[in-house]
Amino acid sequence: MPRNPDSDHPLTLDELVRGGPSEPPRLWRSLEELADPAAAVGTAANAAARAQAAIHGLGDVGRRDFMTVMGASLALAGVTGCGVQPPEKIVPYVVQPERIVPGKPLFFATAMPFGGDGLGLLVESQMGRPTKVEGNPGHPASRGATDVFAQAEVLTLYDPDRSQVVVHQGRVDTWEHFLRFLIDLRTRKLPEKGRGLRILTRSIGSPTILDQFRRLKEAMPELVWHAYEPVNRDNARKGAELAFGKALEPSYTLDGVDVAVALDADFLRWGSASTRLAREFADRRDPDAASMLRLHAFEPTPGVTGASADHRTAVAAADVFAVAAALARALKVAGAPEAPLGTATAHEPAIAALAAELEAARGKAVVIVGDAQPAEVHALGYAINAALGAIGKAVVLNAPAEGAPIDQAGSLAQLVKDVDAGEVDTVLVLGANPVYEAPADLKVAAALRSEKVTSLVHLGLYNDETGEMAHWHLPEAHFLESWGDVRSSDGAVALIQPLIEPLYQGHSISEVLAALLGEVGVPRRELVRNHWRRRLPAETFEKDWRAALRDGVLKLPGEAAETEAPAAADLSKVTWPAPAAVGLELTFRPDPTIWDGRYANNAWLQELPKPTSTLTWENAALVSPALAKEKGIVDGQVVILDFRGGQVEAPALITPGQAAQTVTVHLGYGRAKRAGRVGGGIGFNAGLLRRSDALWQGGGLKVEPTSTVNRLAITQHHHDMARRDVVKVQTLAEYKHPDEKEHHEHPSGSLIPDWPGHKSEDYAWAMVIDLNRCIGCGTCTIACQAENNIPTVGRDQVLNSREMHWIRVDRYYAGEDPEAPDIRFQPVPCQQCEKAPCELVCPVEATTHSDEGLNEMTYNRCVGTRYCGNNCPYKVRRFNFLHYSDDETPSLKLQRNPDVTVRMRGVMEKCTYCVQRINEARIDAKMAGRKVGGDEVKTACQAACPTGAIVFGNLLADSDVSKGRRSSRHYSLLGELGTLPRTTYLSKLTNPAGGAPAREESKNG
Amino acid sequence: MAETHDRGGGEPPVIAPGHSYATVTATIADVVLKRPLDWRWFVGMGAGTSLIMLLGAAVSLLLFKGVGIWGINAPVMWGWAIVNFVWWIGIGHAGTLISAILYLLKQQWRTSINRFTEAMTLFAVMCAGMFPLLHMGRPWKFWWLFPYPATMDLLPQWRSPLVWDVFAVSTYFTVSLLFWYVGLIPDLATLRDRAGNTFLAKVYGSLALGWRGSGRHWARYKTAYMLLAAMATPLVVSVHSVVSLDFTAGIIPGWHSTVFPPFFVAGAIFSGFAMVLTLCIPLRSWYGLKDFITLKHLDYMSRVLLATGMIVGYGYASETFVAWYGGNPFERHALLHARPWGSFRHAYWMMIFCNVMVPQLLWSPAIRRNPMVLWIISIFVNIGMWLERYVIVVTSLSEDFLPSSWAYFTPTFWDVAVFLGTIGFFVFCLFLFVRSLPAIAMAEMRELVHETGHHGHAAQAHGETP
Repeated sequence: MPRNPDSDHPLTLDELVRGGPSEPPRLWRSLEELADPAAAVGTAANAAARAQAAIHGLGDVGRRDFMTVMGASLALAGVTGCGVQPPEKIVPYVVQPERIVPGKPLFFATAMPFGGDGLGLLVESQMGRPTKVEGNPGHPASRGATDVFAQAEVLTLYDPDRSQVVVHQGRVDTWEHFLRFLIDLRTRKLPEKGRGLRILTRSIGSPTILDQFRRLKEAMPELVWHAYEPVNRDNARKGAELAFGKALEPSYTLDGVDVAVALDADFLRWGSASTRLAREFADRRDPDAASMLRLHAFEPTPGVTGASADHRTAVAAADVFAVAAALARALKVAGAPEAPLGTATAHEPAIAALAAELEAARGKAVVIVGDAQPAEVHALGYAINAALGAIGKAVVLNAPAEGAPIDQAGSLAQLVKDVDAGEVDTVLVLGANPVYEAPADLKVAAALRSEKVTSLVHLGLYNDETGEMAHWHLPEAHFLESWGDVRSSDGAVALIQPLIEPLYQGHSISEVLAALLGEVGVPRRELVRNHWRRRLPAETFEKDWRAALRDGVLKLPGEAAETEAPAAADLSKVTWPAPAAVGLELTFRPDPTIWDGRYANNAWLQELPKPTSTLTWENAALVSPALAKEKGIVDGQVVILDFRGGQVEAPALITPGQAAQTVTVHLGYGRAKRAGRVGGGIGFNAGLLRRSDALWQGGGLKVEPTSTVNRLAITQHHHDMARRDVVKVQTLAEYKHPDEKEHHEHPSGSLIPDWPGHKSEDYAWAMVIDLNRCIGCGTCTIACQAENNIPTVGRDQVLNSREMHWIRVDRYYAGEDPEAPDIRFQPVPCQQCEKAPCELVCPVEATTHSDEGLNEMTYNRCVGTRYCGNNCPYKVRRFNFLHYSDDETPSLKLQRNPDVTVRMRGVMEKCTYCVQRINEARIDAKMAGRKVGGDEVKTACQAACPTGAIVFGNLLADSDVSKGRRSSRHYSLLGELGTLPRTTYLSKLTNPAGGAPAREESKNG
Repeated sequence: MAETHDRGGGEPPVIAPGHSYATVTATIADVVLKRPLDWRWFVGMGAGTSLIMLLGAAVSLLLFKGVGIWGINAPVMWGWAIVNFVWWIGIGHAGTLISAILYLLKQQWRTSINRFTEAMTLFAVMCAGMFPLLHMGRPWKFWWLFPYPATMDLLPQWRSPLVWDVFAVSTYFTVSLLFWYVGLIPDLATLRDRAGNTFLAKVYGSLALGWRGSGRHWARYKTAYMLLAAMATPLVVSVHSVVSLDFTAGIIPGWHSTVFPPFFVAGAIFSGFAMVLTLCIPLRSWYGLKDFITLKHLDYMSRVLLATGMIVGYGYASETFVAWYGGNPFERHALLHARPWGSFRHAYWMMIFCNVMVPQLLWSPAIRRNPMVLWIISIFVNIGMWLERYVIVVTSLSEDFLPSSWAYFTPTFWDVAVFLGTIGFFVFCLFLFVRSLPAIAMAEMRELVHETGHHGHAAQAHGETP
């Protein structure tokens, strides 16, 4: 074995794979059993590494040791088969490489950069193919869970519509030619100090890239870095500038908070920090804890945060300022402005009561202001939080990314201005799509297309709207294919390591910047490693680096979280906005599933019902029932939205809980055809109405109904519970009542005889879903889709109610007032009934009962009579009416979970409690000669759930699920039918102020 | 001409007076052997075969793409296919009822209509049989529903009503076919003897199984026929009862009801008699068979229609009453809200109109003896009975337990195409049948001539010259 100059011993896969001896194993338990054949491994792997190095032209022996191991794990495992396949002989293993056992997945830690923030992940690798994303329990933003976007990223990775070739002036070109252009550019620009050279990115949270920018600015002081992302934190930063005289980014935490006020803040589902916040929120909602957090929400359009609130008040976005001002005045914040309450006037007593409540909870209260609210509201929010003593506790203020523009919209506007002034000749657009994403009035497309820009370079995952007009288009590497790092808003730094060779020879932003810095040929990994080698103490660097690769989080010694302790908030210099304009208001929101359009070509996210509206595959203009009545609008009716000179035709969707005089549109749709075969040309582009002075909301909207009515692809057509006790809700006071402890659901019993045959004495699998924790985000649905090879069906099929999700999130509106409904969510997977109605009616025994209580589907035996689906009272069975699985696209096959059958047309399918995970645990337990632990198996939905609402386990053991079943909140859905479901629920609790029911309170205002 | 009876107001005869053995045989056999081709036959056959081509296209596409070409969806997983299946099976009931039960009850009036109602039964069951097959997700695996000696020792799941269905329907078809064929044997011999050419004589001859009309033959024949009638009788009740169990065994509100088996049997007889009327009224007129299928037959069939229609109406009322009285909230929603006032209310009220209100006209003897009006009423009943199955299958599934899953059902072109295609197949078979086999049982008619010759003088007294 060759000695390595870099370190005493080469990095082994053992070190890299999550779940070393120090870590209690979670999802990757099986890996532990494998020995650590350190020496043999290196030798075995070396041959592969040399081949790998040869492919990539890595001559540097010193760098090889990492590739040695990665080569062993990836090249031999068949990864290169996914990227470029070099001609090579196929020979069987002489020595089995460590850890690479066909059929045994490995988990690697990495992180997902998102909006300048980051989420730590563990990614499952099946023989070199990343197939499933899990959260990284060691990463503070994830705590083991993810959001919907992280779950769906594997599909984006394998998206066949991703950009695959370098395009120069409309012709296919090579990366080497581009590098030549870039070196030439550097040579030309260095003497000019970078004049005329502009770089445009989205928000950047990578310390390595920030460092590269710093060094670029040193080399070329006149180079300007513009950053623009349609969903950004400009307002939060500018608000801090107003309040503290210094741009800062707030990071909220709900630990120890008793009263929280969300001012148009959908903090449970907005940005990467939402995963952590959702967990903290759910933990603070635990009814058995000493105190339970109470959430008040003021928002124009119903989001999951408002739905989870104890008191939700629909107010126009512009009136949130007035609410904040009223709260500030009531809390005696110096400099708080007088502002008329506008549409919130009716809620004045409630606001006064809320202020008193906040006052009483001083030190344990926080006001969270949404990123869509203007800077002034943020300034007020900071001042209120300062008055409540929340700064430094529930609100942590961080320095924004070093060197990045504070005001992104302004930064983009500046770029356009400079182009028009002829000061720009070269623009590198790295990982952004400004042509689609920019506000319409900036006319970015015209600027970038103008002849003054002689070189426009676009690096992107897709050859999109910007790529179309670029002189150079370069395929970007997906984060699962790249090296990198990201700092999340909570201060943690996570390393991004590739799970697979770039499928389409993509390159990352840091590679382009490195070339511009003159560092051509430095391997991707070294770009990141070199940065951290400079930052971390040399003596322990190798150890720290390896630990970071394994754990996913980089420990920064001596460098405490860079939190800022700003001076007291000072509102005296703030110019407050004039009272809100009368009339209709238009608000823009990122789409709950495809965000700003970057996930437009992701079919999983397109088909994920948007929380509250259950809309799929398109966006709509959300109007309140009152406005719909006033204008005579019906669901699906196309309306013309006329906003500050822009006109867009949009289908209307009547949304209970929408502020009466506010219309909400979601960004991300109306992409050009070239955005991909999935996401191109669907929905309407709300960005066409967006103005740089009204990025999030503005008055003066005109709504004109047309005579066209389209059917909207919503998945839920009936919105109330039809007086059925489907989602049970109690108040906290009711739950705490002494008699309540005695309450337990008694199974209704059944006349149907037990399934004949053996009954396991060891295992009885069951699931308990805590509706008090569920926020309705839909992550479970996507996680299930990724885990179980669930196909998407497309808009036409959704229109005919044929979606295939094995776990759906039902949404009900409760209460009498359609303008202020209670919004209730309920995830519904297969209930795994002990007396399953489906099993009795199947003529061919395709659905049967296992001895451990699973209601099993044998796809091979199913002939498709659909009788089981009809007879299922929960309607969780999904039928392949047509051949929905994609057998054609090679790249999509790589995503499939090899442990789960891909279903053909004509067969029924449904939730299996992730039986493949149960069986894997069973095999592992058998090898170890023990029983499967009561909580050992985690289903995909459970693992991904940000709030931990889903608990799965063995009823016969002392497990979390048996504890849940003993709760007085425990109930079976439709228990009166006698199906004896194994999936059961815990009732939702509300914590209304003053003990009054929440609904009454908000109505009385 | 025979129509003028009803003006007299007396009971019309079961066979017009003046017929001898020879005239009966000639009139009936000539339809097959001598009658020249006729444009109406071509129109009917043309329509039938055209629709069969549509059926071919629809089934090909169905097999190629899957049942997703139909309008079925996640809550409404059964749609037109099952509606059509039950409808056709119901139609198939009249044949055996008339042939077997009325035979055992020695009802003379059944004689002239039993042959073609049996044929109608067979064709209707064939049409019905297509649907369970086609509606499967993977129809090429249909044989898994049979208990065959599989290497995996796997039998069908006996608790599923679909398995009982397979047996009920296939038994019914087999017995009906045998019954029909046995009844045909003497007539096939007659056709053999009257055939104009040797080819036909050979064909009919081989089908007649060497019938010579000896006394021994007749004795054996009578016994066999009686036995088959006795065997077929319980099937009349069992088939539709089993079909109804497809629904009652389910837990879906609107399906899970004990009234279904008798209610379905009555509905089947109702729809079967309606279809017999729909078919025999033009048949007797076009082929000059008014002497054999007289107004008396129409009158009697109308009475059956009225009686079974009342039972069906009672069924609706009892379902509704039990839903209200039982207090099950899901059933209350399905029967007291979703059906009469929900998305499918038009189908529901149309069903009530066709099945309950329209048949009330049959209280009037004049209407019972007016073939034109009867024919229109029978069409209403056919439509109404189709709607009844539609209401049961679709509305119940559309809104069951969890409101989140409720969805509307809309049929597609291919739903309609398959249905029309089976109607085409039915028409095709019928038109083939009337020109290749005697539509009325000649031997039994001769018997009837004999019997009425002795006992039917009173009826003949009012008669006119044929």
